[in-house]
Amino acid sequence: MGITDILFYVFAALTLLCGVLVVANPLSRSPVTSAMFLVLTIISMSGLFVLLHAFFLGIVQIIVYAGAVMVLFVFVIMLLDLKEEERRRIKSFGLVAGLLSVGAIVTIFVKAITGAGLPATAAGADGDTHALGMLLYTKYTLPFEVISVLLLVAMIGVITLSKKDLK
Amino acid sequence: MQAGLEQYLVVSAVLFAIGLLGVIMRRNLLVIYMSLELMLNSANLALVAFSRFSPDPKNSLDGQVLVFFIITVAAAEVAVGLALIVALFRKRQSAHVEDLTSLKL
Repeated sequence: MGITDILFYVFAALTLLCGVLVVANPLSRSPVTSAMFLVLTIISMSGLFVLLHAFFLGIVQIIVYAGAVMVLFVFVIMLLDLKEEERRRIKSFGLVAGLLSVGAIVTIFVKAITGAGLPATAAGADGDTHALGMLLYTKYTLPFEVISVLLLVAMIGVITLSKKDLK
Repeated sequence: MQAGLEQYLVVSAVLFAIGLLGVIMRRNLLVIYMSLELMLNSANLALVAFSRFSPDPKNSLDGQVLVFFIITVAAAEVAVGLALIVALFRKRQSAHVEDLTSLKL
């Protein structure tokens, strides 16, 4: 068991622990706590990306998710006055039904994954900036341009939605 | 135990389940949104793992390009969704799914 395997288990445990704390934190029901643990989940997941030699995506994960998206979340939490939300209790029917269905899905996933005879040797190329950039500007030029149009549309939509008198 | 494709996929599956549990269990729109982000991230992890353990090194980066596009779409989706939540909160003074039942028959 090499150092990368030990690091994998450390990062995987951190990702899952923080993921659980996003959804079901026993100490606090506040959305701010969930947002902070989501940042930790994303940072430890970018560690997993680096272990998988996806260096560019690891950095993009931190910059875009932990940076931009989470700042957006925290801003919206600040705008909304959510003090009243913490008092409400979770219904036990929802808890039981949710745990049952999620447990069934995990069982199916894990059975399917462990029975498939998947490869254990890593043969893929390194995902550094040069390699991904070459792909984005040659093989995937059209999707790259389409996605920029999508971002423009999202921007216009958000500006329209946040107008004072929404029609 | 050596960390192969199987281990990464199990982590991704469990993370997806955690996100799904959050969507089912929590009643706050913002936390439901964060759980959706968790589910998207678990799909990204599975794609990157498949790309790393692909037997064909020539085309193995396609998965990572797909993850790049997913991250972009997720960022756009979060912006639009949060704008919707803010607009909804302005009308209803609540970000709680049980208060948003006016379409119920």
